[in-house]
Amino acid sequence: MVENRPIGRLLAHFILIIGVIVVAFPVYYTFVASTQATQPISVGQISLLPGDQLLNNYAQALSHGVAKTSGTPVGGMLLNSFIVALLIAVGKIAISLLSAYAVVFFSFRLRMVFFWMIFITLMLPVEVRILPTYKVVAELGMLDSFAGLTIPLIASATATLLFRQFFLTLPDELVEAAKIDGAGPLRFLRDMVIPLSRTNIAALFVILFIYGWNQYLWPLLITNSGDMETVIIGIKRMMGGADADTDWGAVMATTMLAMLPPVAVVMLMQRWFVKGLVDAEK
Amino acid sequence: MERRAIFGNRVLPYALVAPQLAITLVFFFWPAGQAVYQSVLREDPFGLSSRFVWFENFEAVLSDEYYLNSLGTTAVFSLSVAALSLGVALLLAVQANNVIRGANTYRTLLIWPYAVAPAIAGVLWMFMFHPSIGLLGRGLRTLGVDWNFLLNGPQALLLVIVASAWKQVSYNFIFFLAGLQSIPKSLTEAAAIDGAGPRRRFWTVIFPLLSPIAFFLLVVNMVYAFFDTFGVIHAVTGGGPGKATEILVYKVYYDGMIALDLGGSAAQSVILLAIVIGLTVVQFRYVEKKVHY
Repeated sequence: MVENRPIGRLLAHFILIIGVIVVAFPVYYTFVASTQATQPISVGQISLLPGDQLLNNYAQALSHGVAKTSGTPVGGMLLNSFIVALLIAVGKIAISLLSAYAVVFFSFRLRMVFFWMIFITLMLPVEVRILPTYKVVAELGMLDSFAGLTIPLIASATATLLFRQFFLTLPDELVEAAKIDGAGPLRFLRDMVIPLSRTNIAALFVILFIYGWNQYLWPLLITNSGDMETVIIGIKRMMGGADADTDWGAVMATTMLAMLPPVAVVMLMQRWFVKGLVDAEK
Repeated sequence: MERRAIFGNRVLPYALVAPQLAITLVFFFWPAGQAVYQSVLREDPFGLSSRFVWFENFEAVLSDEYYLNSLGTTAVFSLSVAALSLGVALLLAVQANNVIRGANTYRTLLIWPYAVAPAIAGVLWMFMFHPSIGLLGRGLRTLGVDWNFLLNGPQALLLVIVASAWKQVSYNFIFFLAGLQSIPKSLTEAAAIDGAGPRRRFWTVIFPLLSPIAFFLLVVNMVYAFFDTFGVIHAVTGGGPGKATEILVYKVYYDGMIALDLGGSAAQSVILLAIVIGLTVVQFRYVEKKVHY
């Protein structure tokens, strides 16, 4: 601030506090609802203070799900989501790291063709090829499996570009020194490049874990059985049917549970998260 | 930029790119090719035979009243989402940049909705504005507003717009704040010495310097509103009531997976593909060199 303007600063705080409230209120509302009994919720009597049904609703959701609409326990869905998010994040990082390493540190035929092929996948989101991709996955027998939920999503142009960008900043002397010391390309990758990429990997991991956890259209397409459902699409099924039948307490509890892991990752790894976000879009 | 020190190895580089390429070919290029191929074919209802129909599917899609309607809905939806989330994020980022104490605390409190899935964002807002269980939904009804997004199309559209924008504010906020913090203090100080007040400084110094980021975010937000909001629509309104919230992505999904109109869905996919390519080209051509952090 150039001038000292206490009123302007006060106004800034005021606007920011309003912003924080607008951002937080929907979640607070769902949280207090998730601590109350279903009966008052369904007639619209939600208190804005937490109720006493917290343990009850969460235990009910985790172990039994919402019996009336879908009996799948949310505990299993959360585990599915966790496995899917982890596999997608690790898979994307692994294959992007390897292909960026090949593109930067080797000279080989079709190098640029491969690079452009990876780059172009940016323009081919699932949404523009729903049916044919579904068919491919069905023919490979990967419906309703972790392989089907993750493998088609782990190609990553963004991660490859990011690693390439970073590898290009490594000095040539590093490669020369490694060569003189007799290190082959794989040794150089393991002992130099991967340790140096640690911050990039951490930053990407945060972004990609959230990406994997929040997938919606893809799991919706290829899961038919409740056993393989991820929690994000499970919620929709819970709310199916008439309003009066919905077990709102458990639905609200499930919504909170579905949000908690990715939000916790962002809050706990905030530094890497911001870095990852800004880098990935550069 | 080429590297001088390079490893010489004939087989290894191919092995290293192989996993990524295999996935790219099997799950991206082949299906995308199939979508383009399907879009010029018409299959009989039993899937026994298909024939080449040139652009008939496109003609059918583009003269379909529902498709044009969906196109209009998508335009309203995505422009509103982008304008709302960019506007709110810019306002908050400018304030956060102005406060001396607490900027980091505000950042922490404002960025976490990034981690909330679009579908969940939709569900949260649906809870609040539900006509029978939502506090605000019931509140509106007590005030005499005939609020029921389950039956009223424009109200449903408004709800999904607000929910989608709510989730995106955090993302825009992070970029705007990073952009504001990278503007040298000397510039605003010089403008202040020349007698420009805070408002004048914002519009003549800060905003022009911020405009590349704003443009980049506009493209990102359009992509978000076009594609990632599928979850919001599917979870909250299912395209209804009466197709009032049926955006293009939802229609592709519905026509292909539920109504099983292969040719029509493929033609819609190809149109969407053209939109993504357009947006990506714009993003890389105009944004690449101009954004500074």
